[in-house]
Amino acid sequence: MNDLANSNMTTNPPKRIDFNTPDLQRKRRIRALKDRLTRWYVLIGGLAVLGAITLIFFFLAYVVLPLFQGASLTAEKAVAPAWMQDAGKPLMFSLEEQNQVGMRVSDKGQALFFNIEDGAELSRVNLPIPAGVSVSSIGKDQPGHPLVAVGLSNGQALVFRHTYKVSYPDGKKTITPAVEYPYGETPIVLNEQGGALEHVSLNATDSALVVAGSTGSQLHVLSLSREENMMTGEVTSETNRIDLPQMTEPVKAIFIDPRQQWLYVVNGRAQADVFSLREKSLNGRYKLLEDGEAEVTASAQLVGGISLIFGDSKGGLAQWFMARDPDGEQRLKLIRNFQMGTTPIVEITAEERRKGFVALDASGKLGVFHSTAHRTLLVEPVVEGSGIFGLSPRANRIIVEAGGKLQPLLLDNPHPEVSWSALWSKVWYENYDEPKYVWQSTAANTDFEPKLSLSPLTFGTLKAAFYAMLLAAPLAVAAAIYTAYFMAPGMRRKVKPVIELMEAMPTVILGFFAGLFLAPYVEGHLPGIFSLLMLVPIGILVAGFAWSRLPESLRLRVPDGWESAILIPVILFVGWLSLYMSPYMETWFFGGDMRLWISHDLGITYDQRNALVVGLAMGFAVIPNIYSIAEDAVFSVPRSLTLGSLALGATAWQTMTRVVILTASPGIFSALMIGMGRAVGETMIVLMATGNTPVMEMNLFEGLRTLAANVAVEMPESEVGGSHYRVLFLSALVLLLFTFVMNTLAELIRQRLRKKYSSL
Amino acid sequence: MKQNSLKGWFKSGAPGVWISGGAVSIAVIMTIGLLAVIAVRGLGHFWPADIVQANYGIPGQANHVVVGEVVQKEEVPRERLKSAGLPVPDEGPEFMTRELIKVGNRDLNGNDFTWIVGEWLTDQTTPAELMAVERREWGNFYGYLVNVKEDGKVVAEGAAAWPELQARVERVNKLAAQLKTLEKTEIGAINAGLERLRLHARKLELEGKLDAAAQADMETERAELNARYKDVEARLGDLHAQFNRDSMTARDANGKEVEIGIGKVVHAYQPNAMSSLTKVNFYFKKVWEFLSDDPREANTEGGIFPAIFGTVMMTLIMAMIVTPFGVLAAVYLREYARQGPVTRLIRIAVNNLAGVPAIVYGVFGLGFFVYVLGGSLDRLFFPEALPAPTFGTPGLLWASLTLALLAVPVVIVATEEGLARIPRTVREGSLALGATKAETLWKIVLPMASPAMMTGMILAVARAAGEVAPLMLVGVVKLAPSLPVDGNYPYLHLDQKIMHLGFHIYDVGFQSPNVEAARPLVYATALLLVLVIALLNLSAVAIRNHLREKYKALDS
Repeated sequence: MNDLANSNMTTNPPKRIDFNTPDLQRKRRIRALKDRLTRWYVLIGGLAVLGAITLIFFFLAYVVLPLFQGASLTAEKAVAPAWMQDAGKPLMFSLEEQNQVGMRVSDKGQALFFNIEDGAELSRVNLPIPAGVSVSSIGKDQPGHPLVAVGLSNGQALVFRHTYKVSYPDGKKTITPAVEYPYGETPIVLNEQGGALEHVSLNATDSALVVAGSTGSQLHVLSLSREENMMTGEVTSETNRIDLPQMTEPVKAIFIDPRQQWLYVVNGRAQADVFSLREKSLNGRYKLLEDGEAEVTASAQLVGGISLIFGDSKGGLAQWFMARDPDGEQRLKLIRNFQMGTTPIVEITAEERRKGFVALDASGKLGVFHSTAHRTLLVEPVVEGSGIFGLSPRANRIIVEAGGKLQPLLLDNPHPEVSWSALWSKVWYENYDEPKYVWQSTAANTDFEPKLSLSPLTFGTLKAAFYAMLLAAPLAVAAAIYTAYFMAPGMRRKVKPVIELMEAMPTVILGFFAGLFLAPYVEGHLPGIFSLLMLVPIGILVAGFAWSRLPESLRLRVPDGWESAILIPVILFVGWLSLYMSPYMETWFFGGDMRLWISHDLGITYDQRNALVVGLAMGFAVIPNIYSIAEDAVFSVPRSLTLGSLALGATAWQTMTRVVILTASPGIFSALMIGMGRAVGETMIVLMATGNTPVMEMNLFEGLRTLAANVAVEMPESEVGGSHYRVLFLSALVLLLFTFVMNTLAELIRQRLRKKYSSL
Repeated sequence: MKQNSLKGWFKSGAPGVWISGGAVSIAVIMTIGLLAVIAVRGLGHFWPADIVQANYGIPGQANHVVVGEVVQKEEVPRERLKSAGLPVPDEGPEFMTRELIKVGNRDLNGNDFTWIVGEWLTDQTTPAELMAVERREWGNFYGYLVNVKEDGKVVAEGAAAWPELQARVERVNKLAAQLKTLEKTEIGAINAGLERLRLHARKLELEGKLDAAAQADMETERAELNARYKDVEARLGDLHAQFNRDSMTARDANGKEVEIGIGKVVHAYQPNAMSSLTKVNFYFKKVWEFLSDDPREANTEGGIFPAIFGTVMMTLIMAMIVTPFGVLAAVYLREYARQGPVTRLIRIAVNNLAGVPAIVYGVFGLGFFVYVLGGSLDRLFFPEALPAPTFGTPGLLWASLTLALLAVPVVIVATEEGLARIPRTVREGSLALGATKAETLWKIVLPMASPAMMTGMILAVARAAGEVAPLMLVGVVKLAPSLPVDGNYPYLHLDQKIMHLGFHIYDVGFQSPNVEAARPLVYATALLLVLVIALLNLSAVAIRNHLREKYKALDS
């Protein structure tokens, strides 16, 4: 070649190819452009895909984050409307649903409706109270019920209701406020002596109205029951005076339980007397404050009427409700404390839809709280000095009157019911006798207290994973060791694909199999299942030993590494035997029905779809995951190590346990972690093979509910953007983080292991 | 090695070997056992089982005749039957047989199934004239044929009735097919047209362009559609009258005569009189029906065609999305990105995403795709349909996208593996010849890696086809009113909800009111799903092995 080149050079210089013709130059430019384009295309495309994947994490976090943000308050311009000059002292504020109309009830017996935006007067209603009599007190029904009672200075009380009619005259939305008197316009006589009612309270159900009032330490309780005759439609009402034991100290506040079972009377410095309205007796006298210098200055009932909130003169707030003592008696109990500031609380108003409340103190600070979540969402000064306020039904509008001015406020408080403690700690819920972990996100009634503890779900998740791993870990690891180390290569080539096929099995099939076939089968063959678990290892050992006693001529026909094939008929036989014997064992040992025996004689709850079934089915699902990774780890242990050990005289089993497993242990460990990750996130099997009851029992025979199954069940019906929706996102995030961390750790361990092997 | 004593045997470590060997056997037995149970139960469902007639006498009660198929038999301890409240005599063997019998006639008895005690059955026979009638409503009917009527007048009786009935059932099935075409295609097209008009009007109104001319145009179109509807309605009425013309009288086990409209009958057969060959024939007909028919009776009967179609459609769209993007990411990671700790970290992360629970993807799909993306799409492009969402609700597109996201790590990992297997020398040779990197990629590397991409795609499809949990959130429903592909513009309805094999199993097995009746169908569906997925996986394995063989030659 060299020669040729030289000779060409010397003789006749050939026509050199011109690489720089415009044509070729253009082509080169196009090629370079294409190259650059491809580079950018791949770069952007690749990064976009990777970005999309990470988006999952950020999006979940983005949805979850608002849960843990507090509330925010925006003050609007304060107004001083003209009507305030002669409107008298305010007793109560109320806002309607649409946040357009407010109502102010004054001591003059006047209900004044005004526009919330600018404070302009809309209408004014003079309550039908006798001449010369003023309003001395006011009491509201449960939050969310627009019934109000005013106590009069002559010992009478008047019950009225404020309603708002929405109409669209000329296509414009108009709200017309009105006052109605469902119990008649004549006041009800509470105090027959005629002393002014200093406190009044009421509670209405469909059939009865209970009104209570007090003068000094005197208590007056009336019950008005109404019955409508089905035939004539005639209404007959009956008034009953309920006589209760008298108080010794002046009354501060009265509350009636919505089931009309309890009457709470706050009296003295800081004392609550609880009366049973049914038995007309004193249930107990409770000291509300430990601090001898503080006294109760404000109080309110939370929505649903079960909880009472007491505010004291030192800025503290406390939630109390009736709960059963161990002796079976209902007692008023302190549930939790909040601290707002140091100045006395002057007013507390409960939200109408949630278990939250708003409090105002003497220094004009407003506090927003949530009882179940035990959260102080916000404490902010809003006015100078003491005042009175009203909270809208949606709890997003507040109007404070102080110093002759109306201060409208916007409250943004989307997710008060979630807090770290509500999610993970024991919480004392209403109607419960002690703090508990409960998941119960929705119910039919509106005053429901959402119980959003993720603890039972996490517990269920770990319980299911634990029982699954209990079955899968030993089986998969043992099988992996055998396949990688002892099994004949010919058999290995057949067995591996079979077990890997298991990995591809859709979990919905395993779940359905577990739920529809396994669960009833296990229930009917309990003794068989347990004896199967015990007899199979024994059977294998016996078969192994028997094999070793066989004459050599027979034994040598099957080469080493085919033990598994020999064992298949043995295991099938043992399995058949234990299941066949199951009914007999049931009759001999368990009186014919082991399930009944478990629930009667052992006192253990038995659900048909229980953790045992989940363990079996999910164990089955994770075996191939663990198996394939563990097998890889064992198989890649360098031959030199095992050969060296065998050469030194160790038996195959000794080499296995002392050399191979030790070397491969990080790999096996990472296999177990990946299996665990899979078991934790598995949805369909648990959904179908358990009863999905969120209980916290380690009981093998009881159901459970896992985080993943819970998301699958509740997600479709949760309100987008609501707290429940976000909590479900949180559980998805928890699952994501958990499995991601587990898998990453496992992967890192595996990579280290690989590096170590490559140096060996 | 001496193994002549038990102690020596234990010392030799042989028990460990045996136990671990046993673990392998157990795993294999479990896998094959599961497949076998599903296969046997799934395939058995279509076999025309014999109908048994017998006298059933519970002690202390009058005898009555039971007719039906024996579904299940089991030995139960006497005690358990007693505690279930049955009048079991104190004396007798320890075990009794309990049989589950499908008695059908749900309209008469209230239940399709009944548990009976085998010992109390007497005079078991399998009369050849007993017939099973598969109906469009109320499940199966078992009994004897009395006569066949046309417009209420008896046309055949006795022995002649059976062939007459067969002919008329055939006729009714042809009519049913016509009815279905009319209802689905014609009326569907008219409804789609009307809906399009409504949306168009609303759109014009929103844009302020709804003038008299446009309105008049639409009015004529609407009138035309309505006229067509009138026409179709008349034809439908005609067909319905034809369809309901015939009826038959049948007698149930206890001699009660019932009138059954032949329009309600799908099949009528006499399994006891069938020869094996006829049975085989019938069996395959039933299997085909299962694969090609629409479900009936809240999915507990009939076929699963919409579920198959939905699954295939969804996985197809998913594969179309996931393959290019997965390959792109893999090419970036392997060919373009600088190999360093960051790339390693990304690789680990991608690998791990394959292990993230599927339900997490479902939550993401619902929150992001459906509500955020779909909601914005609706506001931008379909304001005329609001407040009814178009894409802002779970549907086919979102299900496919969610699954694509779920399966993209699988494709990335498989493609990367394929790329890594291509020897450097090949690439360097190409570059040395003056090819640019892009040319090397397009002409050398990607074609060589194409089997790996195929493997990745097949594995992704297999994973996606079997996944159910995320789909429950993003677009799979119990019963979709129509298929996502039809003859109405735009032909492929990406916004429609679909049915899915996996979800079908969950729904029919666990949410259906008549689980016992639906159970065989669930097994059959499960079998189909397992077969599809096993097939996909095996082909992926085959391609992978083929690929390895191919590059072994290059390596050496």
